Amino acid sequence: MENIEKYNNAFIEALSVEKQQLSGLTYQGISEWDSVGHMNLIASIEDTFEIMLDTDDIVDFSSYTKGIEILKKYDVEF
Amino acid sequence: MMLNSKLLQGKVVLVTGCNRGIGKAILEKFAMNGAIVYASARENGILEKEALLLSEKYDTTVVPVYLDVTDLKGIQQLFMKINKEYKRLDCVVNNAGVMEDALIGMATEAIIQKTFSVNVFAPINMIQYATKIMKKLGRGSIVNISSIVGTNGNAGQIVYSASKGAVISLTKTAAKELAPNNIRVNAIAPGMIDTAMFRSIGEPRISERISKIGMGRLGTAEEVADAALFLASDLSVYITGQIIGVDGAAII
Repeated sequence: MENIEKYNNAFIEALSVEKQQLSGLTYQGISEWDSVGHMNLIASIEDTFEIMLDTDDIVDFSSYTKGIEILKKYDVEF
Repeated sequence: MMLNSKLLQGKVVLVTGCNRGIGKAILEKFAMNGAIVYASARENGILEKEALLLSEKYDTTVVPVYLDVTDLKGIQQLFMKINKEYKRLDCVVNNAGVMEDALIGMATEAIIQKTFSVNVFAPINMIQYATKIMKKLGRGSIVNISSIVGTNGNAGQIVYSASKGAVISLTKTAAKELAPNNIRVNAIAPGMIDTAMFRSIGEPRISERISKIGMGRLGTAEEVADAALFLASDLSVYITGQIIGVDGAAII
């Protein structure tokens, strides 16, 4: 599976959203992506890519797009 | 105290500050009880002999790791290593700490920064990373080492007592927040314990201090380790957010 698909699945599973919602998704933009949803999403992403995000990156992870940018720092290629 | 069964058999634990005193006693107690122990200390190489000795003596695995608990990257790498090697973490004991006495008016910025970095900020960061693994496991136990001066205060220790008081409040908050994940967070507040650090105050002051202990003697590091074992083990599965004094009814 490509990394982008894995990334998408992490969102879909952690936040119960549809694939077509993903590109414009922002933190607290939908009720599912609240602070609790955020920690679930981070756990799912860390599990998927076998990484541990820095706390600063967890806080900066403000959107679907920003997340891709952050993950590149952890050698996840898209 | 000797127990017949191995209370931590198969569990993976991390103990910080293992090179001496209470940390060293906890390390041995946990190894004795069958735990796979990641034993951390700051000074490179200092735990190699002890790790080998305990691994053979108790037929378990003690992994020495060298970590400055104020180094966030180091903490992150350590938990990545544990996750990679065992995919589980059952208990963390945040034991590493520093104590520097300072009267009011003499508590420098350097003392304040150092004390809070090691005694307070480090446990917070350890908890943040440890719980990433524990949440996946659906259980875990975190044991923080506070102090009797964190609950009661003590003249000459405004910085140290404040840091140990902070350990109590972070313990209670973490316990509340992590209870839904079945992760327990407790603290031990040792009183006057017979360690090299305590002995360094000199014999006359030791006698004076002992006179203030209800049980009439200093505690031992092993007695603190017994409390840590209880909190790490399944004997305490419904106990969280508690501060357990191990002080022989000391008055301070």
